[in-house]
Amino acid sequence: MIWQFPTLTALQSTEALEQLAIKQRVIDSSLGGTVPEYVLERKIETSNPFNQAYWFPEQASTYAESVDSLYMDIFFISLVFFVAIVAVMVYFCIVYRRKGGVIAPQPSSSHNTTIEILWSVLPSILLVYMFVEGAGTFWEMKVPKTDSEEIQVIAYKYGWQFIYPNGDTTSELHLVQDQPVVLKLQSKDVLHSFFVPAFRQKQDIVPGRYTTAYIEPNKAGQYRLSCNEYCGDGHSKMRTACIVHVSQEDRLANTEWKKPEYSAWENGEHLYKIHCAGCHNINSIAGTGPALNLTWNREGKTAGGEAFKANETYIKESILYPSKKIVEGFGAEGSISKMNSFKGILSETPGGDIDHVIAFLRYLQDPDSVSSEKLKDLPEEKPAAAE
Amino acid sequence: MADAAHDDHHDHGEFIAHHFDSAEQQFDSGKLGIWLFLVTEVLFFSGLFVAYTLYRNHHPEIFDQAHVFLDKYLGGLNTIVLLFSSLTMALAVRAAQLGRNKNCGIYILITMVCAAMFLGVKAIEYSHKWDIGIFPGSLFALNYQHPEPTMIAGISDYLIWISMIPAILLVLFSVASIVGLLTKKTVFSKLMLGMAITVGGYFLGVFAGYSYMEAIMDHGDESHAAVTVEHDDQNIHMVSMTIDDEKSGAGHDGDHKEGDHAHAEGDHGHGGHHEQAYDKHHPDPKSLSKDVKIFFSIYYCMTGLHAIHIIAGIIALAWVYWRCLLGHWRTDYFGPVDYVGLYWHLVDLIWIYLFPLLYLID
Amino acid sequence: MVDKTQRNKIFGTPETTFLNHSKGFASWAFTVDHKRIGIMYMIGVTIALFLAGFFALVLRSHLFSFDGQGLPFYGKLSNADYNQMFTLHGAVMVFSFIIPSIPGALGNIVLPMMLGTKDVAFPRMNLASFYLWIIGTGCLLAAILFGGGLDTGWTFYTPYSIETDTGVIYATFGAFILGFSSIFTGLNFLVTVNTMRAKGQTWFKLPLFIWSLYATAIIQVLATPVLGITLLMLIAESTLHIGIFDPRYGGDPVLFQHFFWFYSHPAVYIMILPAMGVISELISVYSQKRIFGYSFIAFSSVAIALLGFLVWGHHMFTSGQSVVMTLIFSAITFTVAIPSAVKVFNWLATLYKGSILLNTPMCYALAFIFLFGIGGLTGLFLGALSVDIHLHDTYFVVAHFHFVMVGGTLTALLGGLYHWWPKIFGRMYNDTLGRVSCFLVFVGFNVTFFPQFVMGARGMPRRYAQYDPEFQIFHQISTIGAFVLGFGILGAFLVLVHAAFYGKLAGANPFKAASLEWQSSSPPDFHNFTHTPILNDPYDFDALVYDEELDTYISREFADPAKVPPRKEPVHH
Repeated sequence: MIWQFPTLTALQSTEALEQLAIKQRVIDSSLGGTVPEYVLERKIETSNPFNQAYWFPEQASTYAESVDSLYMDIFFISLVFFVAIVAVMVYFCIVYRRKGGVIAPQPSSSHNTTIEILWSVLPSILLVYMFVEGAGTFWEMKVPKTDSEEIQVIAYKYGWQFIYPNGDTTSELHLVQDQPVVLKLQSKDVLHSFFVPAFRQKQDIVPGRYTTAYIEPNKAGQYRLSCNEYCGDGHSKMRTACIVHVSQEDRLANTEWKKPEYSAWENGEHLYKIHCAGCHNINSIAGTGPALNLTWNREGKTAGGEAFKANETYIKESILYPSKKIVEGFGAEGSISKMNSFKGILSETPGGDIDHVIAFLRYLQDPDSVSSEKLKDLPEEKPAAAE
Repeated sequence: MADAAHDDHHDHGEFIAHHFDSAEQQFDSGKLGIWLFLVTEVLFFSGLFVAYTLYRNHHPEIFDQAHVFLDKYLGGLNTIVLLFSSLTMALAVRAAQLGRNKNCGIYILITMVCAAMFLGVKAIEYSHKWDIGIFPGSLFALNYQHPEPTMIAGISDYLIWISMIPAILLVLFSVASIVGLLTKKTVFSKLMLGMAITVGGYFLGVFAGYSYMEAIMDHGDESHAAVTVEHDDQNIHMVSMTIDDEKSGAGHDGDHKEGDHAHAEGDHGHGGHHEQAYDKHHPDPKSLSKDVKIFFSIYYCMTGLHAIHIIAGIIALAWVYWRCLLGHWRTDYFGPVDYVGLYWHLVDLIWIYLFPLLYLID
Repeated sequence: MVDKTQRNKIFGTPETTFLNHSKGFASWAFTVDHKRIGIMYMIGVTIALFLAGFFALVLRSHLFSFDGQGLPFYGKLSNADYNQMFTLHGAVMVFSFIIPSIPGALGNIVLPMMLGTKDVAFPRMNLASFYLWIIGTGCLLAAILFGGGLDTGWTFYTPYSIETDTGVIYATFGAFILGFSSIFTGLNFLVTVNTMRAKGQTWFKLPLFIWSLYATAIIQVLATPVLGITLLMLIAESTLHIGIFDPRYGGDPVLFQHFFWFYSHPAVYIMILPAMGVISELISVYSQKRIFGYSFIAFSSVAIALLGFLVWGHHMFTSGQSVVMTLIFSAITFTVAIPSAVKVFNWLATLYKGSILLNTPMCYALAFIFLFGIGGLTGLFLGALSVDIHLHDTYFVVAHFHFVMVGGTLTALLGGLYHWWPKIFGRMYNDTLGRVSCFLVFVGFNVTFFPQFVMGARGMPRRYAQYDPEFQIFHQISTIGAFVLGFGILGAFLVLVHAAFYGKLAGANPFKAASLEWQSSSPPDFHNFTHTPILNDPYDFDALVYDEELDTYISREFADPAKVPPRKEPVHH
């Protein structure tokens, strides 16, 4: 009864398979290093549609299993209903078919409220089950664990850039098995969508705002990563790989890292957009906090009446310990700042994040006062900016 | 059906379409139809109202900064004009129900004049915004220096361009009316005369708005430096320039490109007067969020769409007016006046919402 | 009660009908007759169907191989061309074909007749609706001819639709105009049903097709204006950059999605509700059984229409909207399943103990239940949040909505055409060939779209010009199926067209159907009825008796009292 598809190998022509192999080699060589044995996701272990392996690629994230099992539950529920409907329909059509052109319907009731209510209410119970199960797993997908690694994802026409906490970038996504990760997704141009079938995770990437996707990969391997929201001529070329390494060491050793392509102030702008833009404007208008384009070298008074000058020291202090010197008129009750500390979030090392933010603040006042040299061209240990 | 009624039927049956059984059925169908149409109109505008609400929630500062560019007295004048036109429309419907075609025609004519007057005031508002570079969308380039080269005899050339169409219509309608009179086509002549009077309403609106603007300018000229308190009370500023602004602006014009205004002040050390120009009602372009143009986008979308509805309303009213002249309305046939009336009240109602949402923020 | 001459005049082969009432191009182009407008709509939407179907075959041919080489004889299509193909396929199918199809073609002809009236309430507006359809479709096609095509997908998502240099403005303007065409039809139907029902025809004596058209019209009137303003804002955004939808100017692209789906989700019900109405008629007539659970079917139409307004967010589960909103939309989405299921169960119950005639329209109706069953049930997968995250925008979704839109609406349209064709043209089709076409459509359809469920679950994104080789085999099966489906649909229309000219005379009521339109001659008179139709229950088939002389079914009241068999069941509601 059930449509059974022939397995891939049975029908695929040899030429197509060869081309497939060439494509794999291209991907493999671009990755370098020892990726765990190439996992061909379309691995069809079964031609039996009652088995979830028939329908799905590899399960490689913590919640993949519950997605698949709900899918299979709905599949079986639907199958029961569908088979019942079709069977009844076919049965009636055979038994009650018009014979010899004689129209002779047998008398029977044309309404029955009890049965109507029964077949409205009983399926509803199943629907509630589907909703609750689906919502539960969805919640799991949406709420990240606190020890998650944060990776910035920039989608553009037509490719991907993944930026890791240390600033290095790759064009494939490299993750570590059992290390939860939060992806902060941004688009440079139009809508894109991040989709890794093996993780059962998908998230649209909307220009002008940030979206996040949470993943906890639990199986090392190489998986397909594709753009899932139509973005133009190269939409179908926006495919890359997502490699889950067995360990952090393995990832460090076996990844072709690319150094950042931007300068200190550009990175500062980037960090500003991620961390600061919610409260601080750069258009001279104070938001929750003071406007940052007016900040550099500004002289003013704190809420406590103390004079200050917004130099590097002050700014760094304000980022790490916001309540120490609050600008007059901005604190909440008493001397508590509305801002959270960014200690541990922005790196304090010389040439690190905070220095980049400062470079951006200086750039806002005078673009010529800061270097536009690319970070990757700078020596590793950059001397701290002069006081 | 009684015999008398039967005769009657023969008499006015011309207005009952073949597929309707009775005048009641036709009237009920039309009434339900127009109500449903009004529902679609409300939903049509609702998209813009939703956009307004969302942006006001997300960017309250834009609305705060931008609404000062709208003059609530001109908006208020338009509100009164429209409310009055709704009254005359209601009277017109009443007259039609009583079969008084002549009265109905007069009320319809007043309604049309009010509608045109509304457009006249709107033209003043739009042209003044365009003078200082408040265009929709990416064309937005707020710049108080802008108008000089485009002013003709002290009147914005945008206003002149906009008024060109009504001016041509005025001539056409007048000529047509006279031709009709000469060729003894009385109804046609009266219709054209009515249309010419309607277009006259536009110029009445322009005149009213323009006089008001002149008054502000004079007022601003006299009291600019001295009476700042009065500014707050009267809240008079459409962002128009004072005469002084114009003069000093002309001085800079040769030296600076558009958009360089802020630098111009600093460079020439001439800023005393100008800094005053950037008061609460003439904000410094630099101090505005770059997104204020979104407010004006919404403003132009909403008021522009509304203005299109006013124009459509005038056309519908003209049709009703024409049928008044033909003496079509009877105590048992007045549906179209009723339907156009309902439409007109909706157009009025939408303005009643637009006015506070756009002009009376704070 | 009625003498024979008069009876023959009413039910016999008429001399003058709405078809030969007047001749010449102008008598059609400026007609306000609902039947002629309906026929013009029918021709129009059929052309749109074949045009969009052609685009579908082009893109299926392209997808025959994973690297975009296409079919051997076909040659390569560039990615840009492929994008245009799927966009035009979607846009023309949705805006120019499916939405106006059943209401515009069948509804226009049948609705006033079912109400026993001469015309819709606003005949000129009805004609305007058709001309707006022509202008709107013309604008869509102008995008191809003058605008450099259209490559945004039928959803016109911003900001891509603002950036692309193709004819988005032509197309959106076209869709805007088509929206008004749809509003005019809906408004007309609402008023007609409210004010122009036959005397004594209460709401619960209306055929269910009327109920479904009424529910559809509510959606058309309430949802379409929102699409109108959205598309206007989109046009303003592309030309003036007003900053409502474009993030570069401070706008919000997700707002566009909300606006768009606020219309386009209810629009899904504009597409499927009339189809359900048609099926209710067919199932009942061809099993000669009073429809089971009349009021449940009637109210489920209204329930679907109203719930349809509350679920638009389920198109946006992955768009980054808040988790709470997502949960609410998911919950409401499941509730829509219930009225849909109720309809299916009631149809099955109607078959029970019936006298089932498996002719062409009935075959289409049964195919509908099968295909819509799959389409509806796969909707459950997409309503369940976690599963939808995986399936969203994959081929699973493509397959799902094709099962509903094509397997549902197109099948019902064909069934409805076969059902009312003898009424409209007075001639009978070749039933065997009709059933062959139905078989081809059914098989072709399943072969085309079933593999897409598997691809989708395995992670094949939609709108991909090139794809991973592992999916190739499914695409190949799908392409072959598409050609079979194409031939099936072509065949179905050829059978109908042939019948319209060369079929044998059908008689006034060949199927023993009880709704009022069957009390007119076939084809109907210009004024629909030459007599005042006798109001009876639309599902009381015992009210009709066979007349040997005319070889058709007529109301008992007109029959020779001597030959009328006794009533079988008491008339009740």
